[in-house]
Amino acid sequence: MTYTQLALVGVALAVINDTFLLRTRLLTRRIFWVSYSIIIFFQLISNGILTGLRIVRYNGEVIVGSSTPVDGPPPMFGDGRIFFAPVEDLFFGFALVLLSLSMWVWLGRRGVQREPASGPPRFFNDKIKK
Amino acid sequence: MKQFAYLGVLAVCLLGTGLLEVFLRASVYRRWLRLILTLVPVVLIFTLWDIYAISRQHWTFDSQYVTGVIALANVPIEEVCFFIAIPICSILTLEAVRSMRSWVVGDESDAAFGTQSNALGSQSASASEGDAQ
Repeated sequence: MTYTQLALVGVALAVINDTFLLRTRLLTRRIFWVSYSIIIFFQLISNGILTGLRIVRYNGEVIVGSSTPVDGPPPMFGDGRIFFAPVEDLFFGFALVLLSLSMWVWLGRRGVQREPASGPPRFFNDKIKK
Repeated sequence: MKQFAYLGVLAVCLLGTGLLEVFLRASVYRRWLRLILTLVPVVLIFTLWDIYAISRQHWTFDSQYVTGVIALANVPIEEVCFFIAIPICSILTLEAVRSMRSWVVGDESDAAFGTQSNALGSQSASASEGDAQ
């Protein structure tokens, strides 16, 4: 299978896991999407370093775009790349993040170390919940 | 030093999100058992994916920027560290957002999700339910 296919399967399995297997239903929750938007911002930066500096190189036969060039950085945008990384990495990352958060929440729901709960923030006391 | 580039990126990610544990009291490292139990299946699944992808040359690594230490099969130690570090960063982000906002995550109580209650069920239950802003 190509990376493109595997990445889409990975997302599908992570979604099925969240929705039907663990039933954590993170995809329906605002906190997931707010957290994910923060995560994806930093993911684009860190993954942009890994892919832009060609620390990790991709094979054009298994992604939408072309292979990582041997003599210079890949395009920042275009040719299947988003901030140097192949678009497949975004799907890979989404599957990794969703599976991780689903597992974490599921364990908490099962009663595994629900405490100590997060917060309150040390300095932003005006925004303490409740 | 160049061979620590990949590990360095991960270290910066962990140091950055580590601030969330300290200043927003994300309490993720403090719940180390839950964290480890989360990481085991994630690392396993994604390492298997990595073994396949590397064997089919979906991606390769610039030997200048990795230590050359192989974790298992054909998988560089950096990749396994990636599958540990990124989930930790993600969970820290989720818990940091929860620290700032009282949005429902789904692990607050058993009762609210129709599953059986257990020893920890009632303690943290009702307080944080339903008051999402």
